[in-house]
Amino acid sequence: MEHKRAEEHHYLRTQKKFPTVWCPGCGIGIVLGGIIRAVADLRLDKDKVAMVSGIGCTGRMPVYVDFYGMHTTHGRALAYATGLKLARPELTVLVVMGDGDALAIGGNHFIHAARRNLDLTAIVVNNCVYGMTGGQYSPATPTSAIATTAPYGHIEQPFDIANLAVAAGASLVARTTVYHALEMERLIGRAIQKKGFSVVEILSNCHIHYGKMNRMSTAVEMLRWFRDKTVPIASLQKEQGAGKIGRGMLVDRELPEYYEAYQKLVQVAQKGA
Amino acid sequence: MPDNQKPRLMQGNEAVAEGALAAGIGFYAGYPISPANEISSILSARLPRKGGIFLQMEDEIASIAAVIGASLGGARAATATSGPGFSLMQENIGYAVAAEIPCVVINVQRAGPSTGQPTSPSQGDVMQSRWGTHGDHPIIVLCPSSVIECYLITLRAFNLAEKYRIPVIILMDEVVGHLRERVELPPPEEVVARPKPTVPPEWYFPYDEAAGLVPPLVSFGEGYRYHVTGLYHDIAGFPTQREDEIEPWFERLFEKIEANREDIIQVDEEAMEDAEVALVAYGAPVRSARHALRLAREEGKAVGLIKLLTLWPFPEARIAKLGHQVKKIIVPEMNRGQMVLEVQRVVAGRRPVIGVNRVGGQMVSPYQILELLEA
Repeated sequence: MEHKRAEEHHYLRTQKKFPTVWCPGCGIGIVLGGIIRAVADLRLDKDKVAMVSGIGCTGRMPVYVDFYGMHTTHGRALAYATGLKLARPELTVLVVMGDGDALAIGGNHFIHAARRNLDLTAIVVNNCVYGMTGGQYSPATPTSAIATTAPYGHIEQPFDIANLAVAAGASLVARTTVYHALEMERLIGRAIQKKGFSVVEILSNCHIHYGKMNRMSTAVEMLRWFRDKTVPIASLQKEQGAGKIGRGMLVDRELPEYYEAYQKLVQVAQKGA
Repeated sequence: MPDNQKPRLMQGNEAVAEGALAAGIGFYAGYPISPANEISSILSARLPRKGGIFLQMEDEIASIAAVIGASLGGARAATATSGPGFSLMQENIGYAVAAEIPCVVINVQRAGPSTGQPTSPSQGDVMQSRWGTHGDHPIIVLCPSSVIECYLITLRAFNLAEKYRIPVIILMDEVVGHLRERVELPPPEEVVARPKPTVPPEWYFPYDEAAGLVPPLVSFGEGYRYHVTGLYHDIAGFPTQREDEIEPWFERLFEKIEANREDIIQVDEEAMEDAEVALVAYGAPVRSARHALRLAREEGKAVGLIKLLTLWPFPEARIAKLGHQVKKIIVPEMNRGQMVLEVQRVVAGRRPVIGVNRVGGQMVSPYQILELLEA
């Protein structure tokens, strides 16, 4: 255990970057831990890893990891990452986004990145709310939930982020929660290893905003909600799965990866020249 | 003589693509829009042949974002668009300014605002090219008026972007983009390589003013792990709210351009030695102005032409001199008068500065200019 912790610290930035900007008990820290442990398990060379983010609480993650870090504009992380990955195909590119970042302002890039199927790993930290700006409703806020901008209850339907990624053509799609930390670490590891566009949706707690407005004002109450609200995907059809959210691997399939396809295109173009 | 240096008939947009290839472009991302489409079409065929990346993205926002990402990965990267797409790109152009990431953005202007006239010429984006993104910022904007200039300016844009770590905008217009002229491309020049740091990774700071006005930018993947953000940042690229860290950075951001005006600014002159009237023009109106100049000279009138190849930073020193050199200054533009304001500011009332304007998708006519010589 002690040895493993040293390996994990190897991937964190040491100078002046902690404590984090996140509120005490925030789930994003658990996600950061899961990413670091997954990267440590795969023994990735930190000179070969880039983390790209957008704007919001999750967007601050690259500051804490000792990779190449790119904190981009709101919603555009996947588009920036697309350019970086094509210029540097040897890099493992991790793209971390919140639900508002990835699905509202960045929704178009999200579905097109899935369709294009470039080898990127997208980690969507879904806390059902805009945390940094003060608790406004997001495209993942459940119907009837209260938000700063939905004081009478939210009347829209949320996106099913993972299934949207499946429909849009991602190679690998998984969903988990910050309560299921070991499962999260394992799924992130598989997503990183997958050739093609992979998505891990992670339900995470913003007890400060979402929780307080929805009768779960502590991190522990929200973690219990994740425990009780979700079941493994295999159990969804069973009695205990009624009305629950499925956790685990939704798809893991072989689809043509964009850069490989592009290399073939280059061969065709060069033969014709 | 290599094939691509033989004299041939070439279109402005095609010359831009040739200039980008000569500059060593490795990555292009764009979204379909008139009147810039030829640039994408040509690069979609040519880039893969040299192993470069051509990508059509889901919109212009994604295009510029991918370009900046690729540039940070070390590729010379560009996108091309027209007014509506240029508007969409503004936020991320600001990101490239703040994070100091080189890139080239080509805007083949159409008549606007809004969808405007997609295939008609205009120069309505002069001020947008200067101030389009939010916040106080420097920028470099270049403007060709002929096909060969499209080639040369594109080549130059890539080099200036790398040299000064800044987005360079090529502000074209539909006339110049779709114009066909006989050109002979010069032999390829050496391109400006991204300066490399001389320090080991642990001593490297991508925004350190101690490393000069333009600190070297190491591409991602080359062992120098650092952080890039659009937030105000310290010398290492980490977010900061400390004024003592923000101020030197902000100062350097402007100073790197201000201190290098002479290198960045290009102005050409024709018949200015004895001129009593100066025509100050850029883009397609240069051609109308030159025609007017020839007709005026045939009648013995002392008219000269100042051609702006760099629009921003504005060639203040040269234009200010006109206030002592000529009796009258005329500024033809395909808009309601944008650059004329800048000329008036610099001439500062010493001489009359008159705009000749045409909107509605037509070129400024030489006769419009000639009429003003009499006035």
